[in-house]
Formats: sequence, structure tokens, C-alpha cells
Amino acid sequence: MTRKQRRSVFIFGGVAVLSLAVFLVMFALKDTIVFFHTPRDVAEKHIAPGKRIRLGGLVEQGSVKRGSGLTVEFAITDTTRAIPVRYTGVLPDLFREGQGVVAEGRLDTAGVFTADTILAKHDENYMPPEVAAALKKEGVWQGDSKAKSPAAKK
Amino acid sequence: MITELGHFALVLALVVALVQTLLPALGAHYKDARLMAVGEPAAVAQLILIGLSFFALMHAYVVSDFSVETVWANSHSLKPMLYKVSGVWGNHEGSMLLWVLILAAFGAAVALFGDNLPRGLRANVLSVQALIAVAFLLFIIAASNPFIRIPVQSEGRGLNPILQDPALAFHPPFLYAGYVGLSIAFSFAVAALIEGRTDAAWARWVRPWTLAAWVCLTLGIAMGSWWAYYELGWGGWWFWDPVENASFMPWLAATALLHSALVMEKREALKVWTILLAILAFSLSLMGTFLVRSGVLTSVHAFAVDPRRGVFILSIMMLLIGGALALFAWRAPSLKQGGLFSPISREGALVLNNVLLTVSCGTVFIGTLYPLALDALVGAKISVGPPYFNATFGPLMVPLLFAVPIGSMLSWKRGDLRGVMERLMLTGLVTAFALAVTFAFMHRGPWLAPFGLALGVWVCAGAVSEWGQRVKAFAAPWDEVWRRARGLPRAAYGTALAHFGIGMAMIGIVATTAWQSESVVALKPGEQTTIAGYTLDFKGVAPSQGPNYNELLGLFSVSRNGRPVVDLTPSKRAYVMPPQPTTEAAIHVALLGDLYVVLGDEIKDGGGYIVRLYFNPLVRFIWIGALVMAIGGVFSLSDRRLRVGAPRRAARASLAAAE
Repeated sequence: MTRKQRRSVFIFGGVAVLSLAVFLVMFALKDTIVFFHTPRDVAEKHIAPGKRIRLGGLVEQGSVKRGSGLTVEFAITDTTRAIPVRYTGVLPDLFREGQGVVAEGRLDTAGVFTADTILAKHDENYMPPEVAAALKKEGVWQGDSKAKSPAAKK
Repeated sequence: MITELGHFALVLALVVALVQTLLPALGAHYKDARLMAVGEPAAVAQLILIGLSFFALMHAYVVSDFSVETVWANSHSLKPMLYKVSGVWGNHEGSMLLWVLILAAFGAAVALFGDNLPRGLRANVLSVQALIAVAFLLFIIAASNPFIRIPVQSEGRGLNPILQDPALAFHPPFLYAGYVGLSIAFSFAVAALIEGRTDAAWARWVRPWTLAAWVCLTLGIAMGSWWAYYELGWGGWWFWDPVENASFMPWLAATALLHSALVMEKREALKVWTILLAILAFSLSLMGTFLVRSGVLTSVHAFAVDPRRGVFILSIMMLLIGGALALFAWRAPSLKQGGLFSPISREGALVLNNVLLTVSCGTVFIGTLYPLALDALVGAKISVGPPYFNATFGPLMVPLLFAVPIGSMLSWKRGDLRGVMERLMLTGLVTAFALAVTFAFMHRGPWLAPFGLALGVWVCAGAVSEWGQRVKAFAAPWDEVWRRARGLPRAAYGTALAHFGIGMAMIGIVATTAWQSESVVALKPGEQTTIAGYTLDFKGVAPSQGPNYNELLGLFSVSRNGRPVVDLTPSKRAYVMPPQPTTEAAIHVALLGDLYVVLGDEIKDGGGYIVRLYFNPLVRFIWIGALVMAIGGVFSLSDRRLRVGAPRRAARASLAAAE
């Protein structure tokens, strides 16, 4: 094999792997990404039932209903609209009423959101940023709930 | 007082780093030995100063000095001592200080153990290393200073309970040692570009440093995965979380770099590519630091969101990466091309390894940054989850793993594929046997899973077989096998172990992904449940008290076929400060599979408790595999030929021979 042929073998191999990867990425991005929506989006954008989405907002005060079984029902609100959510399983530690939460799952035709994953915060001072942004949009953002530190000495 | 001394030492370290950036590089340019000689003492002084500063901060944590802002915000007097010490890096400011401490330690190591490096190269390496230190010291002093004082407070706000775990003492230091260790490869690459020449000796110097960083990174990632597994209570070991990806991408690049540096060292080929990889590997580390520390991502690792910090780290990144890539574009064409090789050869196989590793690293990169880019450009909020990574990264790993045993048996320059296939007969038979057995015993799960498992077996068996053939196991008398096994270079053991480890990890990943059992049940005291052959008796709950938390223990007795196995006590903890609940899973660890129990909420009206159970088959193989890989790296590192002082000794020997 000449130097030129060798080089073309390597270039061909590299391009082949690269195009395989591009192909895989395009397909995966088309099918697997999940969009984030607020209750307002769900009402306004007519999200199709059965499509996998992330729904974010606050857990509505007084909405959490634990039945006798494993299923928990509550509502996610952006303070103007609320969507009922149903979830079976163990809720995250920091899940509670009035706190930010992101639920992943699907809407059914009756408008109830069946979640298979519930994400809450990792610590007390933290609000999922999508939720914070959504609340800012609604004009009900209370600012950082984090206690401000005592004035630093300069 | 000690805190102020630490602050002062940090500022002094910045000054030393500035001097170390300028003088040795100037000296190398003008061939002035005195200027070049500034590098080594400066690097050592920098390490001592940053070390002083680090211990001053640690002192503030240990004595709970709540007049220091970071101590007040992240510590508590009731916190156990282990977390007072490791809590130093359990927050943004302290973790950045640890980052520069490790950076300085690597710089000083080059200064102390690099006697055999050409003077000019060493001066330039130390200069580049100091430039990185200048950037990050400026960042710490200006935008995340851990020594800021506040009016003294009576009590601290405490450390996030999720971080109060012994793993905090190990995971961040190892991960950082890996991240930052790659800075040495970067500095060597930039120094080589400044000098305009590279050779096999350059690769021989770079490889041990990269290998050391790679070992630390492997251990750091594995420990992080293990920690997430038992702490988060989700029963999973890897979530394709952007923060995990941020550490995984440098690992992929470093793995590629190790293999390409081998080609450069042995055959003087792939020079330009190796230099580029060295730059990219550290760039990905910097990007990881940016993603994790700037607060653009949402995770346990994002301690505080301060936009100034993000912009600062982004500028450092632009400066270092942009500068290095510009230098590369300018100087790389002047590097001489090396030896020729045919596509079917060890070099060819290593090129395939590099192509697949970098392309797969690219798919992880796209999946990690796409949501951020989309949010910044059009404001759409999306999440890219495990399905994306499984669909892109997974298929690219298949040819890579398939090629591992073949590539490591091919000879340099021109390989004999047919001969290699013949030598792999036994490996192939073992693999086929594993495939058949898995299919025979499989009663559920995807039909692709046995092939994945067999691929892992193929890699493991290939590693064993290559070693066996080199020592002539079963083919020669045992004393000769023993002699050969002892005579085989440590690097050969390193390669075999590392490849065996990746095969083990593959087996664990496939088994636990395909055949995990999960069940969520409501249990009243006295009731039973079963999973994967285990029977769990729920005896009720009992309160208990820890040093800075109260907890509710769920009491379970586990039995199998009527024989008691173990008592498990998963718990729900309520920490005092910060007042935050956590869930502690209870895990029965076994090589064949973990039984994983999580105690959930109480159901109203005496309905008992929600309990989540997992059985994770072979999940231990993942971390044991990573450990075996790291041990392989250490073996390789201890090889006489790779030892940092080796070229000098070889030079002495040739001098002695000449006399």
C-alpha cells in the first residue's frame, strides 16, 4: 500500500465513525429529549396527551392527598393554573407543599399528569432553576429564599 | 490570626505564581539558565504557600470559627470531626482552594522529580503550570475568597446532610487530582508547541503524569458513582447527569491520550494528534470545573449561584483553551511526521481506539451542552436524559470493546489479523459459552443483553489469554512459565489488568441494567415481601439518635429459602442543622447482587410504610472493575521503563558503557 492509500483508509475510517455518530445523535435527539413546561404552557400550547414532558412549578398548598395505597396525588401550580399529578412510589426527601418540584411523565386525556419521576431539591436553599424562571415569568417570584449572610466586613 | 495568615499566604502564592509564569519562560526563550532556574524553587514555594493557606482554612473549620463566612455558612459545631475536616472542600470556596492546592502539588512534583527533563522544556512546563495557577488564584481571591470575615456568629448553618458521608473525604480529592493532573499533559503540550519540537522522549515524560491523573480520575468517578448509588436512594449507579458527564468526558479524553501517547513513544507517529488530545483533555477538565462550579447546572455539586463566578471561570477557560488552540494552529504544522504503519497493526488499532473514544466523548459533549445551548439561544427548556446517551454512547462502545483483545495482540507496524484470530480461538469459545449460558438462564430482559454480557466476557478473556500466551501458560514447563511471568514488564500486567477491569465493568453494567428487579410495596409491621428470592420481614420502626440528627429506623430481617441472611435497617433522618430530612438506604452487599431497601413515607390511618426494594445483579462488578483498572494503571506506573527518573538512569548506563 502506498502512503496515499493508507491515508485514505484512515480518513475513510474516521469519516465512517463520525457519520455513524452524527446519525446516532440526530436520531437520539429527535426521539429522546424531553421538554420542560409550566402549567400555563400546558393550558396554552395544547400539549398532546401521551407525550413525555417535564412539568414544573410549586406543589399547591393543601393539594397533597395520600391514599391508603402507594399512590400520591397532588397538584403542580404556577400560582394561576394547577395541573393534577398522580405518582406511585417514594417521594424525594424535600418534597412538600409550597416547594418547587419537577415531575416527569405524561398527560392523559382527562388532563391528569401521571409522573414516573419526581425531582425536588438537593438542599434547603435551592429551587430548580426552570421553576424559578417560570415563577419569575408569572411575576410571583419571592426572590432567593436563602438567608442573606450578615454583612461582610470589608 | 491564623485565618489572616492563610489569606496572606494565598496572595503571596499569587505573586510567586506570577513570577513563575514570566521568568522561566523568558529564560527558556533567551537561553538564560539563571532565569530558567527560578521555576523549580518558585513551584515549591507556591505549593508551600497554598498548603499553608489550605491548612489555615482547615483550622478555621476544625475550631468552628464562625467569624469566617464559609465556615459559618457550611459548618456546625455539632458536626462530627470527619466532616469538619472534609467539609473544607464541601463548598464552593474551599473546593476551589483544594483545586489550586492539587495544581500546585503537580507543579512542584514536576520541579522536584523532573531533573531529567531538558532545561528549556521544564522551564516552559513550569511557566504554563504557573499561568493556570495565576488564573485560578485570581478567581479565588477576587470572586470566591474563603477567608472573608463576618461579625462572629454563635452557630453555623451546617453542611448539606447529603454531603455528610465518609465519601466526601475521598471523592472530591481524587476527582480533582484527576482533573487537575491533566494540567501537566496540557502544560507539556503547550511547552512542546512553544519549543516547536516533540519526540518519543516527550511522550515518555508525559505518559506517567497522564497515567497518574487517569488513575485518580478513574477512582474519583467510581467513588462518585458508588456514593450516588447508596446515598440518593434511587438504586441507580449512573444517571448521565451533566455533572457526571463533566467528569466522564475528561476521562474518555485521558484514556484516548494514554493510548495515543503510546504510539508516539513507540513509533513517533500521531504527534500532532497527541498534542491536540493533551490540550483537549485538560480543556474538558476546565469545562467540567466551569459547569459544576458556575451554577449553570442544577445538582448537589452546584453550591452557590453567583453570576460573577460563572463569567470569571468562563473567561479563564476561553483564555487557556483559546490560547492553547491558537498556539496549536500556529505551530502544529511545523511538527515533523513520524513512522509509517499499515491500517492493520497495533498503531492502527490504537487509532481506532482514539477515534471511537473521542467521537463517543463528542456525543456525551453534545448531550450535555445541547440543553444549555438551546436555553441560551432560544430559551427552550429541555432535558436530555439516559435514553439519548444509551442510544449514542452505547453503540460506539461496542466496536471499541470488541477491538480491545484483537488490537492488543496485533504487532506494531504491520499486524497479522489471521494469526491474531487464531490466537483468540480460546477467547472466542469462552465468549460463545458465556453467551449460550446467559441465554439458557435468561427468562426476562432485552435479548441484546446477553450479547452485551458476552462482550464483557470477551474483553476479560482476551486480557487473560494475552497474558497466558506471553508467559506460555500450559505450553511450557511450569518453572519456565514462572520465569516468564516474573520477567514480563509491569506495564504488560498493567495493560492486562486495565483491560480486564473494563470488561468486568461492562459485565456489571449490562447485568444490572438489564436484570434489575424493583418493587414498591406498602408494608405494615409484621408483614412480608419478597424480591429476587429474598424474603423480607418488616418488624416495625424504631427511633434512634445520631450526633447531629434523629432518625427513624425501619427494621427488616432478610432470609433466603428459610435461612436468615441479614438484618437491614434503612432509615429516614432529620438533621438538626440545616433542618433537612434525608433517606438512608440499607444495602445487603453481595458479589452476585445487592439487595437495596429504602424506607419511604408513612401511609395515613395505620396503612404502614411505603418501602422500595431493588435487587441489582452484579452491580459490584462495576466498581470492582474500575478498581482493577486503577490497579492496572498503578502497575503500569511502577514499570521501570516508565518511572520518572528512568531516562536519566539509562543515560548514565550508556555513559558507563562508553567508559
